[in-house]
Amino acid sequence: MTDFDHELLDKPRRGNWFDRFQVINLGVLTLLAILSRVYLPRLIPNTSFLELPLLLTIYFSLSRRSPVASLLFGMAVGLIEDSLAPSRLNPIGMNGLSKTLVGYFAASVSLRFDVDHVALRFVLSFLFYLFNAFLYWVMQRALLAQNVPFGVMDTLIYGALNAAVAVPLFLMLDRFKMSRT
Amino acid sequence: METLLSRYRSVTVLLIAIVGQLILLAWQVKTNQDVRLIRVWAVTAVTPVADIVEALRRNTIGFLQDYFILLDVREQNRRLQADNSKLKMENHFYKNELATAERARALAAFQPRLPSKTVAARVTGSATVSTARAVFIDRGSTSGIEKGMAVVTPDGLVGKVIAAYPLASQILLVTDPTFSVGVESTNHVRGTLNCKSSKECTVDYIQNEEKVQPGDAFYTSGEDRVFPKGFPAGTVISARPGQLMKEVHLALSTPPSAAEEVLVILQGVHEEIPESATPASGVTRLLPPPPADSSGAPHALRLETEADKIKERYVELGARQNHVFGAHGSGVPNFNAPVDPAQPVGAAAASKPAAPSAGSGANQAQTANPPAASAGANTTSTTAPAAKSTPKSTGPVLPLGAPRRKPEGPPQ
Repeated sequence: MTDFDHELLDKPRRGNWFDRFQVINLGVLTLLAILSRVYLPRLIPNTSFLELPLLLTIYFSLSRRSPVASLLFGMAVGLIEDSLAPSRLNPIGMNGLSKTLVGYFAASVSLRFDVDHVALRFVLSFLFYLFNAFLYWVMQRALLAQNVPFGVMDTLIYGALNAAVAVPLFLMLDRFKMSRT
Repeated sequence: METLLSRYRSVTVLLIAIVGQLILLAWQVKTNQDVRLIRVWAVTAVTPVADIVEALRRNTIGFLQDYFILLDVREQNRRLQADNSKLKMENHFYKNELATAERARALAAFQPRLPSKTVAARVTGSATVSTARAVFIDRGSTSGIEKGMAVVTPDGLVGKVIAAYPLASQILLVTDPTFSVGVESTNHVRGTLNCKSSKECTVDYIQNEEKVQPGDAFYTSGEDRVFPKGFPAGTVISARPGQLMKEVHLALSTPPSAAEEVLVILQGVHEEIPESATPASGVTRLLPPPPADSSGAPHALRLETEADKIKERYVELGARQNHVFGAHGSGVPNFNAPVDPAQPVGAAAASKPAAPSAGSGANQAQTANPPAASAGANTTSTTAPAAKSTPKSTGPVLPLGAPRRKPEGPPQ
């Protein structure tokens, strides 16, 4: 048993998100994250790289520490995102699949590591962004037969930027959650 | 079994979720159909909120600007911009009409046409996928918008409607890599416009032999059945021969992603593509036609060959003997009769108003001009007005596309 294991056992489980954060708040946050994808690029140019729905999925998964709830949340966010994208280029299920896996793996990671540390959150957000982008690209090529190139440099830069946004965003959501409890 | 499922509950749920979405994806790809109901729900739920946010932003900023900074200049500016857009559209239409009329050299070509019927809309949001260049507008099927309609601004192309929902529509921008537009240059060179971004647009499928130069303007050709013919697409910035086809790079008339207010074309009207204003290099320059005689008589054609001289002699002999060529029962004129040497050959025929010789002369005079006229498409006269005025006096003005009758004259 490591110190972290003891800490996990001592600390009450973070579950019961719905008691703290409440479903309605989660719904509003999800809607805002989706809206940000739709609206933010119009308001602030060159912000289309910002994947707030993905960051919210990662945050929810890391905080909830429940693979089932996290994968279902990721799937719901991804499917809503898909339904607002052009059907010919992005059939429903593309983002759903990738965010389902992101949610599941993020929750699995949170069961093994202390994910409250800022640096770890940065790294995890960066890695999950890369995982999501790569998985989406693989599905574009394999499932949709779309011959799209994978911009490695762009993905790395955008991943770093998203991770940089994730750190203060997660802190803000932490405070928001604490104020509710 | 139950223990196994409860032990691997999360993996089981994950597998079910993945398999379910894969089946949904496979069904969409295989049948090429969309799960429209989910999209309608999502768009109908999200776009009103986006509209509210947009309205809040607009009104908040507008309020501050209107009352604290610029009073009502913003409203006036918006009105003027709307007027300007409308006038630009009208101006563009009339310019095309005028160009058509000049090319046809006939007022009859001004056929009463209605310009495209449009509905104005405001861009409210972008697509959620960064790889797709698509936006939402605040007008939907309740405003008459349907899938496949073209979206433009007075300055150029924006995209096409790929989904029409009750209160909003989704527009695929022309800068999307999967979007192609049929275009045609002012020199009637046709190609396909493809863009990787608003700064990387090419016109593909142009043969190396075709004449395309930097500065040439491209317009929609209407062949894609989306955009009406004659809308400005862009200007060539570079053109060079490629391995198979010409590599033509185009600068779009307007960046579609910057458009705030757009026009959706409900009923498109094809317009003519204006002719090139500047002559392309390599085009043969012709001198202007010679000035008419002071007497006002049509310019007589100088006959050169022996056959021409023999023909003229026979026409003259026929005129002297009051013979009408081709008339029933008039017999055959005496072609061996002597011709008065005091009169030069052709003078008698020219002085007489006999139909065959006059008609022949007129025909010959008419046929003297067509080379210059027909070359007008590829050549340029140094004094265009003089060249243009000549055909008007030689024959009736026909509308564009009307069948042309052969000129009547004596048997050749």
